[in-house]
Amino acid sequence: MIDRRGFIATGASGLLLGGCDRLNHNPGFRGVLRSAEKLTMASQRLISPRDALARQYTDADLSPIFRSNGTAMPGGEEYAAHLKANFANWRLVVDGLVARPLSLPLAALRSAPHRVQVTRHDCVEGWSAIGKWHGLELSRILDAAGLSTRAKYIVFHCADRFGDKPYYESIDLVDAFHPQTIIAWGMNGHFLPVPNGAPLRLRVERQLGYKQAKYIQRIEAVDSLAHVYGGKGGYWEDNVDYEWYAGI
Amino acid sequence: MDDAAVSIEPEAEAPPPPPPRRFAYRHRIPTRVWHWLNALTVFVMLMSGLMIFNAHPHLYWGQYGANFDHPWLSFRGRPIPGWATIPSTYNLAAARRWHLAFAWLLVVPLILFVLTSLINRHAQRDLKPTRDEVKPAHIWHDISEHARLRFPAGDAALRYNILQKFSYVGVIFVLLPLMVLTGVAMSPSMDAAWPWLLDIFGGRQSARSLHFITAMLLLAFIIVHLVMVALAGPINEIGSMITGRFRVPPDRSQQ
Repeated sequence: MIDRRGFIATGASGLLLGGCDRLNHNPGFRGVLRSAEKLTMASQRLISPRDALARQYTDADLSPIFRSNGTAMPGGEEYAAHLKANFANWRLVVDGLVARPLSLPLAALRSAPHRVQVTRHDCVEGWSAIGKWHGLELSRILDAAGLSTRAKYIVFHCADRFGDKPYYESIDLVDAFHPQTIIAWGMNGHFLPVPNGAPLRLRVERQLGYKQAKYIQRIEAVDSLAHVYGGKGGYWEDNVDYEWYAGI
Repeated sequence: MDDAAVSIEPEAEAPPPPPPRRFAYRHRIPTRVWHWLNALTVFVMLMSGLMIFNAHPHLYWGQYGANFDHPWLSFRGRPIPGWATIPSTYNLAAARRWHLAFAWLLVVPLILFVLTSLINRHAQRDLKPTRDEVKPAHIWHDISEHARLRFPAGDAALRYNILQKFSYVGVIFVLLPLMVLTGVAMSPSMDAAWPWLLDIFGGRQSARSLHFITAMLLLAFIIVHLVMVALAGPINEIGSMITGRFRVPPDRSQQ
């Protein structure tokens, strides 16, 4: 038998929790919570110098094993064929609001002057791993394609599907033109392993792991995210309501 | 025996009239508003934070830390039960929405309260321990009085005793700022803007561990705080935090 105090405590916590769960399903309240994302992003942007660099570590700081997350092996015959051919026919398409749409062979990206950075990957779940990334600055790719002044976001279309939906992500131009934002083809001195996004992945170092799109096939410049897939700017944003701005 | 003597005797035995009830103004408006806002915010932060902890219930020291690294604290599965989390079923996205929104309700009023209480001298006058109070003998005396549940009465009840001062100063000026700074140190964007965050805490995973430890210390404070309110007279204590008016417990010498 529950004593009176226990009964009251259980009842109170039930009421509180029931209330929170109900609020959690209330569209108005969710809207209020969601507005905090904009406040956080605006505040972080306000106090951050535009090109403030994420901490760059040394080789001595590398995680012994860099954990992969999400897709470890994209399904489908197309990717399997690319993998079998050692990605020799992989191309990166750059289109959308650009003056000169591009279709860049992987070999060209790998032989271009590149950047090496040892940075920390922070998962939304809480863990961190430090890796060394080799890749081409996204800003140079966008400059080569001649980004339109109407473009506001860069969308990354990926070869992997999550469940029955394609993976994609997006960032705005502040992050797209950040010096550490690269299309990486190498990790820890080797070409990217499949679980870490072979042959091309995004590194956007001031945001969380789910923004770091893997298996990139196409980069699209758009003026609005509203008409891209679910309209919220990314697979996780569309499907489980993660924040589009993952700076915290 | 004569009748008159019989009738007089009970009167001589009658207790003296009780001292009049004395009220004092104990809590000013900033304290009361901030207290009740925190009563809400801190619970939401703790419960949504525990849900976020459920996503990866392993804690590490240093710059990095993931499944293949060595944790100093580790649980299997989702260790925090639904009655202690917001929302009550596993949902990292929703917990983060709550946590990162209510964080603003924690941090902005915290800054305002700290500034207000430094400017109106609440901190210096009411919270700062005096030289006599920090003497070991005095602290020990207060601890033994508390252990015997003998709480200050009379005018002494209108001031914070040294144990209260230590707790409140510790929460307002140490634990809550530490909570905010370790939280901010987990943001990859803030680490770029303020690289010193990583230096003072020794890395993002250390900051995450300290965030958890500090949260547990705050939880311990809340539990002790609620027990003390219950023991010290919940109606008077809670009432004074609502209205500011506190009924002064009569001095023991008058009892």
